Amino acid sequence: MQPLVISRFAIVNCLGAGTGALLDALRTKRSGLARCDFETVALDTWIGRVAAVEELRIRRGLEDYDCRSNRMAQLGLEQDGFTDAVAAARERYGAARIGVFIGTSTSGILETELAYRCRDPQTRALPASFRYHATQNTYSLGDFVGRYLGLTGPSFVVSSACSSTAKVFGNAARMIAAGACDAAVVGGADTLCLTTLYGFYSLELTSSRPCRPFDADRDGISLGEGAGFALLEKPTGPAASDAVMLLGVGESSDAYHMSTPHPEGAGAKLAMQRALQAARLGPADIDYINLHGTATRTNDAAEDKAVVELFGSATPCSSTKGATGHLLGAAGITEAVISMLAARHGLLPGSAHTRSVDPALKSDYLLDNRESRVRHVLTNSFGFGGSNCSLVIGIGG
Amino acid sequence: MRAYVEGVGLLGPGLRGWHASRAVLAGVEPYRPAPTAIPASELLPPAERRRASIPVKLALAVGWEAFMSAGRNAAATAAVFTASSGDGEILHQICETLTTPEREVSPTRFMNSVHNAAAGYWSIATQSREPSTSLCCYDASFAAGLLECATQVAVDARPVALIAYDQPYPQPLHATRPISGEFGVALVMTPQATERSLATIDVELEPGEAGESRLPDAGLEAARLGNPAARSLPLLAALARGAAGQVVLRYVAAANLRARVAPCR
Repeated sequence: MQPLVISRFAIVNCLGAGTGALLDALRTKRSGLARCDFETVALDTWIGRVAAVEELRIRRGLEDYDCRSNRMAQLGLEQDGFTDAVAAARERYGAARIGVFIGTSTSGILETELAYRCRDPQTRALPASFRYHATQNTYSLGDFVGRYLGLTGPSFVVSSACSSTAKVFGNAARMIAAGACDAAVVGGADTLCLTTLYGFYSLELTSSRPCRPFDADRDGISLGEGAGFALLEKPTGPAASDAVMLLGVGESSDAYHMSTPHPEGAGAKLAMQRALQAARLGPADIDYINLHGTATRTNDAAEDKAVVELFGSATPCSSTKGATGHLLGAAGITEAVISMLAARHGLLPGSAHTRSVDPALKSDYLLDNRESRVRHVLTNSFGFGGSNCSLVIGIGG
Repeated sequence: MRAYVEGVGLLGPGLRGWHASRAVLAGVEPYRPAPTAIPASELLPPAERRRASIPVKLALAVGWEAFMSAGRNAAATAAVFTASSGDGEILHQICETLTTPEREVSPTRFMNSVHNAAAGYWSIATQSREPSTSLCCYDASFAAGLLECATQVAVDARPVALIAYDQPYPQPLHATRPISGEFGVALVMTPQATERSLATIDVELEPGEAGESRLPDAGLEAARLGNPAARSLPLLAALARGAAGQVVLRYVAAANLRARVAPCR
């Protein structure tokens, strides 16, 4: 594929708001996970909560869209000069020439959960304050982001569970290549809700301790929340030496099971291979892999097999979910931004909370931070339904 | 962006498959509304067949009809899924469960609640490891899917299937988001003409808010307005007529999609 310049990116999650806070947390190997204190949830699990959204006011004129996920999106869009960068791009290209391709898994479902508690005792109707279109609907988040940024180009929401905000990079790259737009805002948000907390608990996939990716005693995920965004543009000349680039996107399906990854990691390997092909790179060109690494027994074992088959055991890799928790639909953009920071700052982040790597896993898993020159990073996102996506992020032209 | 339509699948109120519905859509036979008949999928292994919900069955049925008429191998073809919502029945059941003291969410329901459930089951049923995407654009979800599918065909230069579907919500959600009769449509699109190509389709974004295409038959027009996936009906009618024509599908605030179709044979 034609490489694209990632001219601006922004982030918020339990490690803080903005790339500065994220980079600082990664450098000090800080985790943002804490015992679950979300809403009325009574589960023995840990979460990465962003309490700041609870006080945040949605921008005037967009009050109909007020819900946790759209607030999270707004908080993300307010970071790192992102909104100003998009405004400048809007001047250059025109509002209709910038696409908006946003990912989410749960959108504003928390609003619906809360509305169900307030049904009319006689008619069983939802309260009149419930706004389906602006909160519950999966497109609500894309609609909100487009309105917030004043963009009117092609737009939709990708909702493919935990690969959603990785896959939007592919949608944007294709739309730009086809001439449907000149630039695109990608990313998305996912926020804590009762459906995912109780749902993952019912599948016995949540840990009662902070999640420990690739650990010998790993026993499940910690849910997190957050948002992240990136502005993608066609290069206008040779890329600057410190430019962050999207070099490749690879997508595949497992064709195996709805909630369990293929045990040999066949779909995961295919996504990584396709991302390398799209970037015209070989496995040896990748300096660091940011793993999906959810800390379930099955994901980490399958992903390790896929990585070792393709890269051998010498490519440094880690999961950052011990620090952020699993952001579900927002995991892709969160880890893409971590990969951008890894490339820009030569920082390979070690794995928070992981004590001793499972001896059955053979990849070069980083427990501690490492500093090294990084040219190319590969980042993985795999979701329910066997939806896999890998991105290759690079630095310099 | 040009693509060739090689196969079509269709299920909707009174519309029992593409071949059975062509004469109705072409205006040759009268439209008679009837509840959508959704078959159980023979494609899925028994365990998955038991778990499959209505939108999944709908997506699999129309997808399979399109691939059968195209004579193409689904396992080797990428797919674009689009729907204005995930499974509404499951959303309702989970939200009800979460109001009970125990909050015992069914693991199967939770697994099937993801917006890309149809894509997951399709990949298992067809044994396809090719990429799929799962989109939502509220009432314009079909238009968004058509744009993405045509874009993939043009940029990746390979066949791609578009599968769009929507089901009504149960109450109390139905009152906040009324959707009528289950509707599913699938188009297998290719970058070059094949011996099975039905028509060319040229898809373009068109700035402005020009009026969208409507249907002359009041019953079909009601179906079109009642279900986001049925916003595809003007395009299907143009394909069914087997003559050159064009339709406008409402997309985002500042742009519509214009689709020009011309028969291949």
